[in-house]
Amino acid sequence: MKGSRFWAWLIFAVGTAYFFIPLIATFEFSLRMRRGEYSFDAYRVVFGDPRFQETFAYSVTVAIFTIILGVALVVPTAYWIRLRMPHLRPIVEFATLLPLIIPAIVIVFGYIRMYGSSSPLPFLATARGTDALLVIGYATLALPYMYRAVDTGLRTIDVRTLTEAAQILGAGWITIIARIILPNVLIAVLSGAFLTFAIVIGEFTMASLLNRPAFGPYLQNIGANRAYEPAALAIIAFAITWGCMSVIQILARFAPKSANRPN
Amino acid sequence: MTQASISDPAVAAHSAPPDANRGFRLPTHWLGVAPFFIFALMFLILPTLYLVVGAFQNNEGQFTLDNITQLFRDASIRDAYRASIKISFWSAILGALAGLAIAIAIVRGGLPGWVRSATMTFSGVASNFAGVPLAFAYLATLGRLGLVTVLLRDVFDINIYAMGFNFLTTWGLVAVYLFFQIPLMVVIITPAIDGLKREWGEAAATLGATQVQYWRMVVIPVLWPSFLGTVILLFANSFGAIATAYAFAGPSLNIVPIKLYAQIRGDVLHNPHLGYALAFGMIFITGLANIFYIWFRTRSERWLK
Repeated sequence: MKGSRFWAWLIFAVGTAYFFIPLIATFEFSLRMRRGEYSFDAYRVVFGDPRFQETFAYSVTVAIFTIILGVALVVPTAYWIRLRMPHLRPIVEFATLLPLIIPAIVIVFGYIRMYGSSSPLPFLATARGTDALLVIGYATLALPYMYRAVDTGLRTIDVRTLTEAAQILGAGWITIIARIILPNVLIAVLSGAFLTFAIVIGEFTMASLLNRPAFGPYLQNIGANRAYEPAALAIIAFAITWGCMSVIQILARFAPKSANRPN
Repeated sequence: MTQASISDPAVAAHSAPPDANRGFRLPTHWLGVAPFFIFALMFLILPTLYLVVGAFQNNEGQFTLDNITQLFRDASIRDAYRASIKISFWSAILGALAGLAIAIAIVRGGLPGWVRSATMTFSGVASNFAGVPLAFAYLATLGRLGLVTVLLRDVFDINIYAMGFNFLTTWGLVAVYLFFQIPLMVVIITPAIDGLKREWGEAAATLGATQVQYWRMVVIPVLWPSFLGTVILLFANSFGAIATAYAFAGPSLNIVPIKLYAQIRGDVLHNPHLGYALAFGMIFITGLANIFYIWFRTRSERWLK
């Protein structure tokens, strides 16, 4: 027993070193901009860069629209599958897993070929249309995580009884989903939303191939041209990811623990 | 009585309405899932199918296998696939082994509770910390002026660049990819190790098994499907990754996703249909990997109740 504890500590220590040395080194590097002393100059330059502000704001906007689209798509579907069409569950689950099988670069390649300016659905003909296509692309990337989160949330509430109660009181489908189901799975939806945000905010491939002024391509561009700013940006990106994951963990504490129904 | 109910038109008519009713209600039933299926069709399935069909066509739109055979004949494409598979394979294997060791250490090693929760939180973050910023972090660490490079050179007198170290090799990228592969393994495999019931260990001990026998005959067989399944997931995870490698080297590195990126940007292969075939090859490999994953997954779920 004593021996196994020694090995456990050793593995933990090696793992900690492997993961923390790059982070410490990156942080140290980001402070080196001023010659001979440590300073936060690199961060000041980054935050003061109008391109940073524009691309970051653009990516945050895209992330918010992605979350709205994802929720609007996943919540009614997962609800309906649970309530009325459980036999379709395997098909829907398979569809939500497709983005893990088809790499993002292949999906966006398909978009570029299918929705070009001379196609019947010319998303790429206008900047707004391309923005919309980027939001759609991100929604597909987030689909596996969003669906899993919402479906887990639905498992903890009694969908059928809630629906019947609402119907007896005269509620229509839209009211039921928006005012009964959504508030009940809000914590699950928010977890999915923050994970979506973490995935979308620095995404490079789709934004770059669709030529949108997003944060990911900006990062890549800075990396190719500057020395100290990339390190500062890496720390900022890590902090954003950390923030999203912490929120998800805090939300999980409020989530109902056990299923009311064994289904 | 039985005969009467079959022949009696009144009875037959009576039983008909529920059926007719169900048939009539079917469309509204489907309306609830229609948006999802239309979305999946338009933005996942059809775009992919477009590329797959294109991979089997020539410029005149006729069926051909030339593009696919070209994938094997073209030395540069063959090398790209070889490099991609090699990187994904080793980062998956090493990431899975290291992740498994960490997971076993935090679940079974008798470490204090905060170690486990801290490791799980950090793994959640690190498994999502990929892409361009990850490349920056490694350049700041092991780049020519990185902290570790400088420390090794000044303190230990080891110049890793003189020794031929380079990020843009298979092993350089494997080392970088491990930063998100190991945490992903920890996140996925820890529940499987939790599923190893304490009673099994006690039962084995009661029957006189040694610790080695317990591991060889109980733990490894139970964990094996989850382990293999996760290895495959990690493989697919790094096979499609492009941003980190692109941030290191731009379009010059010869791995499949970067080649495809360059092809989408500017038809560097001078044959659009060969580009489709390149994409088809990627889907084929990740798809194959995922079929195995699902298979292993269904086998492993038997034990994780």
